[in-house]
Formats: sequence, C-alpha cells, structure tokens
Amino acid sequence: MKDFWKALSRNRLALVGGAVVLFLAALAILTPALAPWDPNRPDVKKILDPPSRTHLLGTDQLGRDVFSRMLYGSRVSLAVGFVSVGIAAAIGIVLGSLAGYNGGMVDGFVMRLVDLMLVFPRFFLLLAVLAFLTPSIWTIMAVIGLTGWMGVTRLVRAEFLSLKEREFVVWSQNVGATGFRVIWRHILPNALAPVLVAMTLGIPAAILTESGLSFLGIGVPPPHATWGNILNEGKETIEIGWWLSVYPGLAILVTVLSYNLLGEGIRDALDPRLRQAGGRFVARSG
Amino acid sequence: MFWYVLRRVLIAVPLLLGITFISFLVIHLAPGDPVDFHTGDLSPDSSAQAKQMLRKQYGLDKPLPVQYWNWLIRLARLDFGRSFAPDGRPVLQKIGERLPITLMLNVVEMAIILLFAVPIGVLSATRQYSRFDKATTVFVFMGFATPDFWFALLLILLFAVHLGWLPASGLRDINWEYLSFWKRHWDFLSHLILPIGVATFGGLAGFSRYMRQSMLEVVRQDYIQSARAKGLAERVVIGKHALRNAMLPIVTILGLSLPGLIGGSVIVESIFAIPGMGQLMVQSVFQRDYPVIMGNLVIVSTLTLVANLLADVAYGLVDPRIRLGGRRRQ
Repeated sequence: MKDFWKALSRNRLALVGGAVVLFLAALAILTPALAPWDPNRPDVKKILDPPSRTHLLGTDQLGRDVFSRMLYGSRVSLAVGFVSVGIAAAIGIVLGSLAGYNGGMVDGFVMRLVDLMLVFPRFFLLLAVLAFLTPSIWTIMAVIGLTGWMGVTRLVRAEFLSLKEREFVVWSQNVGATGFRVIWRHILPNALAPVLVAMTLGIPAAILTESGLSFLGIGVPPPHATWGNILNEGKETIEIGWWLSVYPGLAILVTVLSYNLLGEGIRDALDPRLRQAGGRFVARSG
Repeated sequence: MFWYVLRRVLIAVPLLLGITFISFLVIHLAPGDPVDFHTGDLSPDSSAQAKQMLRKQYGLDKPLPVQYWNWLIRLARLDFGRSFAPDGRPVLQKIGERLPITLMLNVVEMAIILLFAVPIGVLSATRQYSRFDKATTVFVFMGFATPDFWFALLLILLFAVHLGWLPASGLRDINWEYLSFWKRHWDFLSHLILPIGVATFGGLAGFSRYMRQSMLEVVRQDYIQSARAKGLAERVVIGKHALRNAMLPIVTILGLSLPGLIGGSVIVESIFAIPGMGQLMVQSVFQRDYPVIMGNLVIVSTLTLVANLLADVAYGLVDPRIRLGGRRRQ
C-alpha cells in the first residue's frame, strides 16, 4: 500500500487528473449553492446572450443561463458515470466470481455469455434497446450498465483462477469454510485492484456514451440539462452562439481526460512489474 | 487444424442462437403490449397498419416460445420483413446498400489508425517516461477524451464553414455527375477527410496504448536479452524480434474491434450524413422502424460472429500454440 502511494505520487499526470476529478466532484455536489441562476428558467429578453459578467458562459436559445445548466449537467454526467459503472461492476463481480471459482459448466456458460455480448456493437445494442424504452436518466444508467459488464467479468474471473490455487484459499477450504465465505472473505478482496482500475476507466467511457446518446437526442431527455443535450441544442446555432457548443465539449474533454489519467496512474502504480521496469528506464534516459 | 476449425465452428453455433435470443428479448423490453407502445406517435391510420405488420412479423398474439420459434424460422429464410418507412423496402435490401459504405470507411480508418498507433506505441515503450512518451500519452488521451461529435462540429465549422476547404457532409458533391474523372476522385476523398480524421483521433489511444503495453512486456523477455547479447543492432532487436511478438495481442484487439468495424460509428456517420449502417440505425430509432432496427442488430452481430470465427482460424494458422492449446488467450 505504501509502495502504491509512493508510485502514484511520483506520477504527475495522474495527480493532476486526480485533483481535477476531486474538483469536479465538489462542483457537482455543491451545484445548488454555486449555480447563479435557475437552470431551467427561460428569459425571452436574453436569448443567445454572449458570455458576460451576469451570465458567465452566456445564455442559450431560450435565454437560460449556460453556466448553471452546465453545473447541473455535471451532476447528470457524474451520476450516470458512477451508477452505470456501479451496475456493470456489480454484475461483473458476481458473474466473474462464480465463473472463476466454480469453473466447469458455470465458467463455460458465463464466458459464452461474455463472448455473446461482445459480438454486439455497443452503440447498436444501446440504440436498439432505447428505441423500445421510454427515455429517462434511469433507463440510460441501467442500459449503459447492463451493456458494459463484460470487461469486469473477465478481469475478476482471471484473478479468481490464479487466486483459488493459493495456499490461504486452499487452507480455508480445507478447514470447512463455505464457498460463499471463501469467495467473499478471502478471494474477492485480493481480486479487487484490477476492478478498481477498470471502474476508474469505465466512468469516463460511460460519460462519453451518455453525452453521445444525449447529443443524438436519444439520451437523457430535456428538461434535464446534460452536457450532451446542451451541445445537441447548441449545434443549430453554432455560428451565432459558439459558447453553447464549445464549453460543454470542453467540460466533457477535461472530465474524461482527468479520469483516464488517474485510472492509468492507478494501474501503473498497482503493477509492480511495470514499476520496476519504469525505474530502470528512467535511470537510463537520465 | 481440422479439429481446431471444427471446434471454433461448434462454439459459434450457440452464440448465433444467443444473438437471436438477445435480439428477441429486446423486442419484449417494452412494458405491456409492445405494439401499443411503439406505434403511439404514428398517425392512427399508419399506426393501425404498422400494428398489423408488427403482429404479423413477430406473431405477438402467440405464446412466447412459439413467437421465438417462428421468428427464428423467418430469420433462417433471411426474411427480415419490410421497413416501416414510407418506401416499405425489404430490410435486407436497405442494409445491403449501406454495409459496403460503412465497411469501406472503417477499413480505411483502421488502417490509418494502425499506421500511426504502432510506431507511437513502439517508440513510447522503448523510451518509457521520455519526453516523447509523455507527449504522445497526453496526445492520444486527448484524442480518446475529445467527444467525437464535438470535435466533428468544430472541424466542420473551421474547414467547411469558415475556410470552405472541405465539404461538411455526405460522400459526394451534388454536381458529381458533371465532374471530370480526377475531380470525382478528389471530391470523394475530400468528403472522407473530416470523418476519418475525427474517427482516427478518437481511436488512436486504444491501439497505441496496447502496443506500448505489449512492447513493454516483450522487451523484458529473455529472448530479447539474448538477441542483444549476440550483438544485434538495437534497431533489429526492436524492429524485428520484439515487434513481431508484440504485434500478437494487437491482432487480438483487432478481432475485438470487429463489431465497430461492421456497425460503423453511429455518431460520425450521423454528423457527416454518411449513408452507412450507423446512420441507418439512428434514423430507424427515430422513426421507430422496428424491422430495420431488429434486422440491423441481428445482421451486424452475426457478421461480427462470422468475422471473429475467420479471425480465429487465421490466428490458429499463424500461431501453432493457439491451435494446440485450445482457447485464444484474451
């Protein structure tokens, strides 16, 4: 653990990413206190006002304050990111543990299910499912989560396959611990590191997916402000109101980039082999 | 080799059934009677007609297992029904027109991505933590993090609207018929530059990071040390011995990106109005054109399955360890 923090603190990119992630989370939590305007209140006298002191990022085609809408949008993005990745990780952990621990038929079935889900292009499956459902923020979270658990399942299964042969696991099985207890108390805690990395990298991917769907007009429906649907509405007026398109896109970019840098940093810090090699190469390049 | 191929084919059969089963589940996602729900926003007239068609296509009044079985039989005859759109053309025909466009676009795009990603990955692995490594890391991460729809909008604004250098959408100019031979080629190319540029920037991260990772692992192997020890030039060690082995996982990742290759980029195709599979999918979702949606889902995933199978066979041909060891390492 100490090595992990030491390695992470040496990775400047990851630290910057982590700081931005914390900052964005704080913004999202404090949104109701920070937002200067009601995000959904239109004002016909202020349609498409450029950024100014009263409206930091301008107003949109209905005269709503873009800065406030983006703050509320950050809550949607983060909520979708966390919840959908939570769903995916929960499914992945359960299926991966079952497959890895039991082996045999169960393993075969779960892995075929993974193969099967991977045959569908993700966005096609999302669109097909959404075509049949009433759009809401909850369906978006559920659908992104339910189509994204395959990676975690594979990771957890692989960890289980190597961990279940280790002495401490075999020992606890021999003294009569139940399968559930062995999985829950002994194997799972040791298998969670790669899941953590996958989750950190899954959140930005989910945020991108949500904003893409909202941009197409199939995602989180209005009046909820999300970065994707602000962009979707703003693209019509991109030549008059560039601020409607530029800022939400930048917000997505910065958010996704920060999570990715943090996630990669955690991965490098957790992998002792890479760390060792890193040290060697750093010494060489001076 | 025969047994290896046979085993792969036998694994593919239940997957094919699974594809149809999952697609069938998708139809029944809607709460209540799916027919009442989907046709809600159509006019009463076309709605009644569409309901009839839906009921006939999916036999929705029968018990579920019967519905599924009947649907399977129709699929086996390649009967995907007709589109709900006013043209009412067979689904298969609509998809057949669009698949080649998407495939062409994605194969070119994939080739360009590999052309950049492999050298970037190799160089940043052999100089881990150098300035080049850090700069390319940030660059490819920027590419991954930039929402493609946003980047596309900005590029259209700059190159199509302000500078007028490149066309903003479609694949051909409206005056295509009257262009000379060479102008036609340039016209077609110029329509591809922006969409392929956007997709390449976004796709660079995945491959270059895998390449870097794989190369980092390979250069630590003993056989690389022995190649160095016997006095080979570093260029040969990296460019020949290490690169060949480091490329193997890339082939696997290439197999995993097949669904995207066949399905196409939904967002890029929508923004640039490219008449491919992705655009067809989005349009049919908006028009609630269920036969096309279901046809798309089943056909794209089945083609992916077939392509995966071929990739597996090719992989087995190249690498005897896989053929003999059973499963491909993933």
